Amino acid sequence: MRMPQPNDNPGNSGGVAARSSLGGAELREGSDTVEGEDHRPQPAAAPGVTRAPEIAAGHDAEEPTHPTKVDVRGLNLWYGETQALFDVSLRIPEKDVTALIGPSGCGKSTFLRCINRMNDLIPSVAIQGQLLLDETDVYGPDVDVVQLRSRVGMVFQKPNPFPKSIYENIAYAPRIHGLAKKGAEMDELVETSLRKAGLWKEVSDRLSMPGTALSGGQQQRLCIARAIAVNPDVILMDEPASALDPVATATIEELIDELRSNYTIIIVTHNMQQAARVARYTAFFHLGEVIEYDDTDTIFTNPRQKRTEDYITGRFG
Amino acid sequence: MNDDDIEQSFFKQHISQRFNTELEEIHSRVLSMGGLVEQQLADAVTAMVETRSELAEKVVTSDYKVNAQEVELDEECTEILVRRQPTASDLRLVLAVIKTITDLERIGDEAERIGRMALHFLELDRQTAPISELGEHVRGMLHGALDAFARMDVEQAVRVAQQDIHADSQYEVIVYRLMDQMMSSPEAIPRAMDVVWTARSLERIGDRARNICEYVVYFVRGKNVRHTSYEQMAEEATGDRH
Repeated sequence: MRMPQPNDNPGNSGGVAARSSLGGAELREGSDTVEGEDHRPQPAAAPGVTRAPEIAAGHDAEEPTHPTKVDVRGLNLWYGETQALFDVSLRIPEKDVTALIGPSGCGKSTFLRCINRMNDLIPSVAIQGQLLLDETDVYGPDVDVVQLRSRVGMVFQKPNPFPKSIYENIAYAPRIHGLAKKGAEMDELVETSLRKAGLWKEVSDRLSMPGTALSGGQQQRLCIARAIAVNPDVILMDEPASALDPVATATIEELIDELRSNYTIIIVTHNMQQAARVARYTAFFHLGEVIEYDDTDTIFTNPRQKRTEDYITGRFG
Repeated sequence: MNDDDIEQSFFKQHISQRFNTELEEIHSRVLSMGGLVEQQLADAVTAMVETRSELAEKVVTSDYKVNAQEVELDEECTEILVRRQPTASDLRLVLAVIKTITDLERIGDEAERIGRMALHFLELDRQTAPISELGEHVRGMLHGALDAFARMDVEQAVRVAQQDIHADSQYEVIVYRLMDQMMSSPEAIPRAMDVVWTARSLERIGDRARNICEYVVYFVRGKNVRHTSYEQMAEEATGDRH
């Protein structure tokens, strides 16, 4: 008979060998950043927890980070006399989902709109700093804003299909941009876009119906299909599911998950559980500053900044 | 984090007062469950060492109270997860509570097991003497772990966890001593086996008290120090929060 031993349970094993990836990324604070520094959330090189190798091996390894798609350096924005963004610096990785969270008026939507120059439409806006898309300054003198917006699509809170047929909603932008001719080529593009947006099966037999006749969730997916049709690199989503019921919301979130491998998605949301569900990275904005930017897991389980903790746990800030 | 800190900074700051109350409630109920388990353990060891069968009986018949508290707390935690979807330190508190009550319930089971074995001892037996010392030591560990949990005091948690080294070595000494006795007088084997199993239960209680200390570090520092060395645990617990 084997005698019971004090170290039978793994709780007692004091293994010191492999390094796990626990420990979170370094703090990325907008106001403390140095130009040229890498602002993407990085796997931690330092404080981790050492465990026995057989245990460490079972822990999720940090996947390599994608290259930077949108590189923001020291961005300031004013609405007239009022400053709305303060020295925002973020590196948003390619082909993944980044969520922007924060209380109302914290600047997250303003920031989102900077990325495809939607704020140009507001005359009193002044912008300072750099916002690079694939290393090209979005605010450079030679930038064609129409071209920019075809590369950086946008989906809004309220679904806003054109008052045209489902088919025309998709075909309109590719036609303007000369991406497809009429006929079979355009039919194919419409079908592909609707398939990517997970809407094809529901509307394939009624493409001539007005887009506005669809349900709210379907309209939002139509808007996503419309954005995809011009083959953008980046899709900006400003609270895309806040006007939808839970089932339509789940469908949109599922769609975001499918799109993440081909597009860089930046989503503003007030629903923190949604950010936790869909985003790989999360940036917390407060009073126009980026307070914290890190892996979504770190932000929601062990944030570094008290202001982040107070906000996400619903405490008085 | 001292007593005032956890009172002031943790349970009183949510915008939702009801959420404050819910979290405070599960925290304090863990402590009352812990108090019950401490009593069960103390009674079981006393019953064994002093051959008090009525006390042993009481331990055996009271275990259901510990089980009931675990089930109730488990349900409260589930409700908080469903209703509040807690994040950050709130989430870590709920997880620490869920894990702590599991360990407390298992400590209760070990106490019950010791109680059952104590029923076999009808007269004072010199073989049970070393049990008294180990029992006292792990009782101290459990008390210290619950105290660390009450105040969410990581430094105390580390100190208590390190006391498990002593529990393990005491256990080994008991086992080797009893093996000697069993070899020299085989007729003592049945009784000696009961003592070995009791020592084993106490040693496991030490491990579980250490687990509770690890949950305290997890709650306060956000670091999972399970299955690490004592040095690593101390480093994580006393270092910067990140």
